Amino acid sequence: MEHHLNLVHNIPFFSIFFAMFCGIITPLIKNGRTARRLHGFMVLLIGALSVVLLVNVTQNGEAFTFMMGHFPAPWGNELRVGPLEALLAVLVSVVMFLTITGGSDIIFKEIVPEKQNLYFIMLNATFGAMLAMTYTNDIFTGYVFIEILTIASCTLILAKGTKQSIVGTTHYLVFGCMGSGLFLLGVCILYGITGHLLFPQIKEGVAALMATGDYHFALMIVVSLMFVGLGIKSALFPFHSALPTAYGSTMTTSSGILSGLVLKAYVILAIKLTFEVFTVQTLVELKIADVMFVLGVLGMVMGSVYAVRESRMKRMLAYSSVAQIGYIFMGIGLGSVAGMLAACFHVFAHAVTKSMLFVCCGAFIEDAGGKEQLENLKGAAHRNPLAGIGFTVGALSMIGVPLFAGFISKLYFAMAAVEMTGPRLVLVLAALAISMILNAMYFLPSVIAIWTRPKEDGEGASKRAQISSTFALAMVLFIVVNLVLGIGYRPFIDVMKLGIELIQMTL
Amino acid sequence: MSHLLTNYYEAASVILFGIGFMNLLLQNNLIKKFIGLNIMDTATYLFLAAKGYVFGRVAPILTNGIIDKDYYINPIPAGLVLTGIVVSVSVTAFSLALVLRLYKHYNSLNMDEILRMMREEEGE
Amino acid sequence: MSENKSFWQRLKSWIDGEEILIDADKYISTRERKERVSYEKAVSMERLRSNSTLYRVLCVAITVIFIAVMLRVVIDLPMFGDPNGVTVNEVGQRYLEQGIEETGAINFVAGMILDYRAFDTFGESNVLFMAVIAVLMLLQRDKKNTSAAEDQEMAEDEVFDSQDSKLILKKGAKCLAPVVILYGIYVVLNGHLSPGGGFSGGSIIGAGLILYSAANGQKKMQTFFTIKTLTRISVACLLTYCGCKSYSFFTGANHVGWEIPKGTPGAILSSGFILPLNICVGLVVACTMYGFYALFTKGEV
Repeated sequence: MEHHLNLVHNIPFFSIFFAMFCGIITPLIKNGRTARRLHGFMVLLIGALSVVLLVNVTQNGEAFTFMMGHFPAPWGNELRVGPLEALLAVLVSVVMFLTITGGSDIIFKEIVPEKQNLYFIMLNATFGAMLAMTYTNDIFTGYVFIEILTIASCTLILAKGTKQSIVGTTHYLVFGCMGSGLFLLGVCILYGITGHLLFPQIKEGVAALMATGDYHFALMIVVSLMFVGLGIKSALFPFHSALPTAYGSTMTTSSGILSGLVLKAYVILAIKLTFEVFTVQTLVELKIADVMFVLGVLGMVMGSVYAVRESRMKRMLAYSSVAQIGYIFMGIGLGSVAGMLAACFHVFAHAVTKSMLFVCCGAFIEDAGGKEQLENLKGAAHRNPLAGIGFTVGALSMIGVPLFAGFISKLYFAMAAVEMTGPRLVLVLAALAISMILNAMYFLPSVIAIWTRPKEDGEGASKRAQISSTFALAMVLFIVVNLVLGIGYRPFIDVMKLGIELIQMTL
Repeated sequence: MSHLLTNYYEAASVILFGIGFMNLLLQNNLIKKFIGLNIMDTATYLFLAAKGYVFGRVAPILTNGIIDKDYYINPIPAGLVLTGIVVSVSVTAFSLALVLRLYKHYNSLNMDEILRMMREEEGE
Repeated sequence: MSENKSFWQRLKSWIDGEEILIDADKYISTRERKERVSYEKAVSMERLRSNSTLYRVLCVAITVIFIAVMLRVVIDLPMFGDPNGVTVNEVGQRYLEQGIEETGAINFVAGMILDYRAFDTFGESNVLFMAVIAVLMLLQRDKKNTSAAEDQEMAEDEVFDSQDSKLILKKGAKCLAPVVILYGIYVVLNGHLSPGGGFSGGSIIGAGLILYSAANGQKKMQTFFTIKTLTRISVACLLTYCGCKSYSFFTGANHVGWEIPKGTPGAILSSGFILPLNICVGLVVACTMYGFYALFTKGEV
């Protein structure tokens, strides 16, 4: 075999290690601001490299595996990279960078100075773990990085240091541990019946088992354990109860990262498992797809119903995340390529939108002196017009108004549904309609509230708040990214299609 | 049924997993809850370790200079268990630190009570 | 079922009240009041929990069903200890037959986790590092998580500690701690030759440090081991780990060559990176274990 050094192929490996490297050296940096600069530099560098990788793999139309060490597939760890993975890495970098840029003031205000650098360690680790989960081609590596992500994300929640945030973290951790425990049990049984840990080999094993019909029941339980585990971790509907307490009690910057990206990392792993290990067909045959579909639809509706009843903005956004995760699982549960495509696009649309909403919400709460009841946020948009515009854009995108990212994903969900027949078609369309109405029912009042001037024009009420340049930059970029996804969505869809095709081809 | 008796390690481990799970759901005391989680993890490691064993073979460390695949048990589950144990130690330490902080603030280890107190404070 | 009904009633009334949307002020204030009244009942899980017998019966039922299903799965699984089982396949075979040649470690498990599947192990040591940072964040004393009363309590404890002679503990620790630490170092250094390795040896060293600290007080410990030492050792070790593994992943994946010599299998200086990696992991684990102890007892290292 002829081997030449292809530096582009080293990008995924370099990204993961560089993120972890930055996490490891950050304790030596005592100053929080320097740590932040290092973090920003790291994310930008990795983002830029991921773009190079994305362009390269898309142009060549290739997917490749990267040996982690001297030993090939069944013996050593491996990474797998295709257009979809590269695009996801770009998304993670962009959203991470914008959220931290927009929300850094809150970090420096809420965390005691001597612990600020620790927060950035956790952000770097979160970033590295998400990249590793996107690129991995090994189920046990996936599990290890799930645990890193669990600890890091819990620390992001508790960083605020208040009693409430500690309670929120405990709640979140109990659910998280239950999820990873079930996932690990699933991995163990899967190893027991296939004898492998790397995706391609497990896929072969599963295909052989499905063909012979051996271990049919065990396989069904394995798949349910793993998907329930990931579902618990990504706050799928009946397992969502930790989310509002956790997000409601912590800094909005952390909530933005957690809701926009960390939940998605588990979803991405679920999508990868669907394609690269079990195949869509197996999920449909084992009826797991149906269960995911039903839970997804329930989540879409119930998450919004809960959100409608919430009066605190952060909790409302948390429940809205539950609904959006429902969309994604519904897409996976449709069991078709179109459904998966819609789910992938929704991962993007939601990540971009929800992080922006949380950053705006943070700015409002900051201006209102830490109060987060909707009534206290009245007129908030006049105090901080930029955040107001951002929130409005986010809300419109969530509701599914054309020109914004949320509309496109709903469109693709509807298109995926049209391919179906019978009850599924009706259910998807009905759920989409109900959920859009409910979305409007809780987002519009908040938008109206923030743009309504409070009647008693007190001196502090409508005073302009100081808008920092970093916040302004992040907000403008967020809005641009949202519009780009909403208007120029074609190339993204094409890359995703290519990625999904390539994933399906590999065996 | 005879299968269950041959697979008694696996059977014991899933029963242990269930016990841990029940602990997690039923116990109100946070420390007991986390002990439940630990039992769940340990049960999984028992399961893995059982998967690696082969009758009549020895531990995977070179003995008497014999290099033969039929002489040693499967080394993979041992490695996975090792990794898993470290992960569960870390998570346990982290969760106990959380419990310590909660006790400092609320003077209680009962999750329901803590949630109630938090609601009351927030409600006012 | 009454809960269900009230929920639907609330939902219905809410949908009926949709016209309030036009006037946001009024809408928000009405919603606010509703929320306050029914707050306790809002979380359905809470309501379920308050009905403790029902909740308990449900939990037991779920668990019993879970166990039954899993036992059914266990019946299906391959036989325990079967030499022809699926898990005894080409993967384990290569680890056992070519492991010594390819990794240089005569402990096949060490060879597997630190060479064949080193990426997992890298993640695993990072989990440990994250945990210690998280505990540091939670328990290290700062102005947000400690009160004056607590500070006073700590000071009193210290006085009490220094007055207590703790004769048996001190004498015992004096004899035992060096032996324990020495044993830990032995286990770490022989990780590639015998059972053990970085993780087990590191926790033994950690236990030795904890014993020393418990006997002689944290003040004495701080003369040579502070938070600075802990972070520096951990960071240096993890960086070495990161560097070694980046090197071997990079050279391995790109087929560059430049392999580390493996040495004579069975000698203490053999098996390439495995020995230095074991030392790094051992030091990180020792620091972590002691760090957990110190943070849990005193809130500082």
